[in-house]
Amino acid sequence: MEALVASAVAVMTAVGVYLILRRQTFPVVLGTAMLSYAVNVFLFATGRLVVNMPPVLSDTATGYTDPLPQALVLTAIVISFGMTAVVVLMALGSFIASGDDGIDLGEGRE
Amino acid sequence: MNHWIIAPVVLPALLAPLLVLLARNDLRAQRLLSGAGTVGFAVLAGVLLVQASAGGIGVYRLGDWPAPFGIVLVADRLATLMLGLSAALALAVLAHVIGTGWDARGRHFHALFQFQLMGLAGAFLTGDAFNLFVFFEVMLIASYGLMIHGGGRARLRAGVQYVVMNLAGSVLFLFALGTIYAVTGTLNMADLAVKAAAVPASEAGLLRVGAVLLLLVFAIKAALVPLQFWLPATYASAPGPVAALFAILTKVGVYAILRMFTLGFGVDGPAGDIGGALLLPAAGVTLLLGMIGVMGARDLGQMAAFAVIGSVGTLMLGVAMFTPAATGAALFYLIHSTLAAGAMFLVADLVRGQRGGLRLVPGPRMANHGLLAALFFAVAIGVAGMPPLPGFLGKLLILDAARAEPAVWAIWAAILVGSLLAVAGLARAGAALFWATSDAAVPEPSQPLALAGIAGLLAALVALTAAAGPVSGWLNAAAAALYAPAPYIAAVLGGGAP
Repeated sequence: MEALVASAVAVMTAVGVYLILRRQTFPVVLGTAMLSYAVNVFLFATGRLVVNMPPVLSDTATGYTDPLPQALVLTAIVISFGMTAVVVLMALGSFIASGDDGIDLGEGRE
Repeated sequence: MNHWIIAPVVLPALLAPLLVLLARNDLRAQRLLSGAGTVGFAVLAGVLLVQASAGGIGVYRLGDWPAPFGIVLVADRLATLMLGLSAALALAVLAHVIGTGWDARGRHFHALFQFQLMGLAGAFLTGDAFNLFVFFEVMLIASYGLMIHGGGRARLRAGVQYVVMNLAGSVLFLFALGTIYAVTGTLNMADLAVKAAAVPASEAGLLRVGAVLLLLVFAIKAALVPLQFWLPATYASAPGPVAALFAILTKVGVYAILRMFTLGFGVDGPAGDIGGALLLPAAGVTLLLGMIGVMGARDLGQMAAFAVIGSVGTLMLGVAMFTPAATGAALFYLIHSTLAAGAMFLVADLVRGQRGGLRLVPGPRMANHGLLAALFFAVAIGVAGMPPLPGFLGKLLILDAARAEPAVWAIWAAILVGSLLAVAGLARAGAALFWATSDAAVPEPSQPLALAGIAGLLAALVALTAAAGPVSGWLNAAAAALYAPAPYIAAVLGGGAP
């Protein structure tokens, strides 16, 4: 399971980094979304990976999974969701204002 | 428990939605509310500053949960200093915005402005690393909105770059926090200080990775070389007063580095040496690159942006030494450079308002030409760090603190050469803007409030020079407290009872 989670984080990060280095805004937006998925899975794993354990301590529980990373992931998801919405709107605004969806500043093409 | 501590976060957080809901179509009401709110923010910052000056460390436990399980806000000298500085800059910027009518060029300026203040206050006051991330995001979302205020092609294009850069930074921030949490099991800064010191040698490598990632994140915010590329286009394209407000945003990165590497990781901890080792060369290069940019810039907005990079370089040279004396000196320079950079952007905005652009080419003679030239001259003296404005003292203090360093000659050379380049670049800009003019007339705009904002910042700078002795003593005490974090840790962790 460790290998699966680790490779999932790695692949998503690699895809995200590749995409945010593209020159059009649409792949860049996808890339930021990809990166935020990667970091969410990563955060989830920071409390150590265990299966079938309750997130709270009780008298009958034999162990527990760390609940804090789950709260952190929830916060991170909400924030990255909002951020994605913002960047989509800004990319759209930039596309409408300038007529192409390049991410460069394109000096001299006023 | 001292409830004043959370007030600077709550006040703008309540005011911003009120501005949107109650006054969305009434600019007068927006200005009135926003102005009153910002004055209130400044008063609260002042109250906290006075309280922290008494030497105590105020701790506010949200929901009265004991640390490290709940989130804490901590008002110590450094945090309240940054809060006071934000408030002072915000007042001047708001006066300028209302005076020049920038807030009428798009919607919801004041609401975004208040959210920006909320993010700043939270980032400075929080004692929890994850909460710092959240307030960073509040601050950034507001800054995205402010940056593209007024719209326009160039601004939106630069805005997209700014957002993408910061989204990548946010992801890196989360990776860093996740790594640190995986090693230490805590994100409360005071608790982290305790746990990081006790990390076994076998795990220290992972903690160091987390520390480097965190350093990179803060270096993006502070625009340190090689992560400064986003800044010139962003600041030069943002509306003038917004760029002036952003002068404090780079300082948030500096503040966070200072806080995490003196408290969270501890100067003597397993990750304590990373800050200094990586920051010192980066800061020197940042300083020189910024000042070379000042020399080479083709318009005034770009030049002011490069001056911000250069001043961050100087500032980080002081911080990267990680000694109490150098940090005290850096804090002095921090106050100065924030106010001076803010004033520079505000003056540039007034020039833009009359000339229509900021390119450093001969243009029409402006209506209040002499006044603007005088203001530019005063601000340029401040940015370059010449007497009588306090940048000169700040640099002198940093030079003095560097004498104990092995790299003393490199630091001295960087600061002195950087200052020379800045003087030359600013003189060139002033000559191009104010001496080579045609006789075309430009109508006189009446903007007393905008001028009052700049005058206020300049007055604050003069006051800082006049009161340099006591201020410097106060800052040295603040810096000394950073390197002796035991009282801070005890105040945060010591018992759950209020």
